[in-house]
Amino acid sequence: MSAAFECRELSKRYGATVALAGVDLEVQPGELVGLLGPNGAGKSTLVKIACGLVRPSGGEAQVAGQQAGSAAARATIGYLAELFRFPEWLRADEVLSLHQRLAGSSGGAAERGDLLELVALADAERTRVGAMSKGMQQRLGIAQALVGTPRLLMLDEPTSALDPVGRRVVRDLLLELKRRGVAVLLNSHLLSEVERVCDRVAILVGGEIVARGSPAELARAGGVEVELDSGLRAFPEASREQVPEIVAELVAAGERVYGVRVLSSTLEDTYLEAVEAAS
Amino acid sequence: MSGALTIAGYALRESTRRRVFVVVLILTVAFLALYAVGTEAAFDSINAEAAGAALDVEDEVLTGSTLLGLAMFTTLFLGCVLAVFLTLGAVRGDAERGVLQPLVVRPLGRTALLAGRFTAAAGVCAAYVAAVYASATIITGVAGGWWPADPVSPGLGLVMGVILIAALSLLGSIFLSATANGIAVFMAFGAGLAAGLLGQIGDALDVDTLKNVASVASWVLPFEALYQGGLDSLTEDVGGATAVIVQLGPFGGAQEGGPVLWLWSVAYLLLLAAAARLAFARRDL
Repeated sequence: MSAAFECRELSKRYGATVALAGVDLEVQPGELVGLLGPNGAGKSTLVKIACGLVRPSGGEAQVAGQQAGSAAARATIGYLAELFRFPEWLRADEVLSLHQRLAGSSGGAAERGDLLELVALADAERTRVGAMSKGMQQRLGIAQALVGTPRLLMLDEPTSALDPVGRRVVRDLLLELKRRGVAVLLNSHLLSEVERVCDRVAILVGGEIVARGSPAELARAGGVEVELDSGLRAFPEASREQVPEIVAELVAAGERVYGVRVLSSTLEDTYLEAVEAAS
Repeated sequence: MSGALTIAGYALRESTRRRVFVVVLILTVAFLALYAVGTEAAFDSINAEAAGAALDVEDEVLTGSTLLGLAMFTTLFLGCVLAVFLTLGAVRGDAERGVLQPLVVRPLGRTALLAGRFTAAAGVCAAYVAAVYASATIITGVAGGWWPADPVSPGLGLVMGVILIAALSLLGSIFLSATANGIAVFMAFGAGLAAGLLGQIGDALDVDTLKNVASVASWVLPFEALYQGGLDSLTEDVGGATAVIVQLGPFGGAQEGGPVLWLWSVAYLLLLAAAARLAFARRDL
């Protein structure tokens, strides 16, 4: 089976500005990949090329084996833009109905009901967009992106306008989609969200991927910290596997051990290091 | 095709919900009411005074064609307002507001999206212009007993004129922000009317330069030529002193349209469509 999304040496220039400079990335079916990076790093451009909204300057991008931007490729994707707006006079159900017709979905009312249920908007079926809070509109946007059961879902900052409860809904939704085999490319500034749900993470800076791997791989070991009578003692080079040995040595040396903490750098630390190194 | 129709239906609903649509409807009702009162008064006045009797002028024809010419100008202007406001932000404006992207990523394609938007705008504007022109013609006929020599061609000319303006505005919306596009199309509309007046002056004074300017402008902005052709059709069966005085009036001096103008208008529309398709296909959103 072909990758849900794949790009090779992908580049994009806006005049003299380089938005993407030879990016290679792959998202497999059922995989949840997070794209991290500062503002202007090229994350949205990458997603827009995948959706066919922006034409690449070089390289190639494919969605489900089809050239990105082609009708066949667009038929397999769902997309939620960072900045989007639905007409205020449409009801939630009508927004989904419109996108069903455009996507050629035959899901009908059952699909619309399921999607609204999935984003916790089942009670807002007849509510006009203009009467919805920003968070509700954001969740409706996610439901819209899921119309027609896409193979690849691309979400650009999907939780930016959501409160903690809304974020939880989206997080659970992403995990459910993953369980169903939907591939997700997630653009987000919220590192904790990415860390919690993504299988892999790519950090994009200045149009280039400067780090990639699973959240666990990117969050490196940071040593061991032991609480003694004399206070905290750090073992910066030690790993989790060495903890019993360290404790045994300290006890043998007459120390009283009150606590041990295995330290690791967070994804945030890695992200900040990568961004600083690249800039 | 079904995608374009879906977009057309969506755009049609959107059109009728815009405030400008209500404003134009109110202005139209006010205009037609005033037009009816004014027309009634004008015909009453000429019946009482019979001012043109000594000059062998047909007063009803002079009054009716001048008033209906005024109504045609107003209809074209209001139709232009409607066409511009329904299309001025169709691409770049909607993209900046984030309305366009969720639609464009669907498989229907950009050409179908443009076709849908154009169909809705052109349909609304054409129906509007046809209705206002027909109302004005009926008011003129009922109030003064005067009917144009050819009542259909002027209406068709106005309909085609606003369709061209809608297409021009849709093309402009790909390159320009909504405000800039609206200003640009209204300026083009104004330039067309100014060129028509220059042509009228050129004809009256027999100045070739002015006539040439008007002629070139008519090909570049054919909605003006269609309007002029419509004015001409109002009194195409009139001759003698009446025709001379009509020509000297503010809605006289009109040039005959003819089949070449219609062929060019259709070709112009197709050129606009091709340019819009090409430009939209290459535009990053």
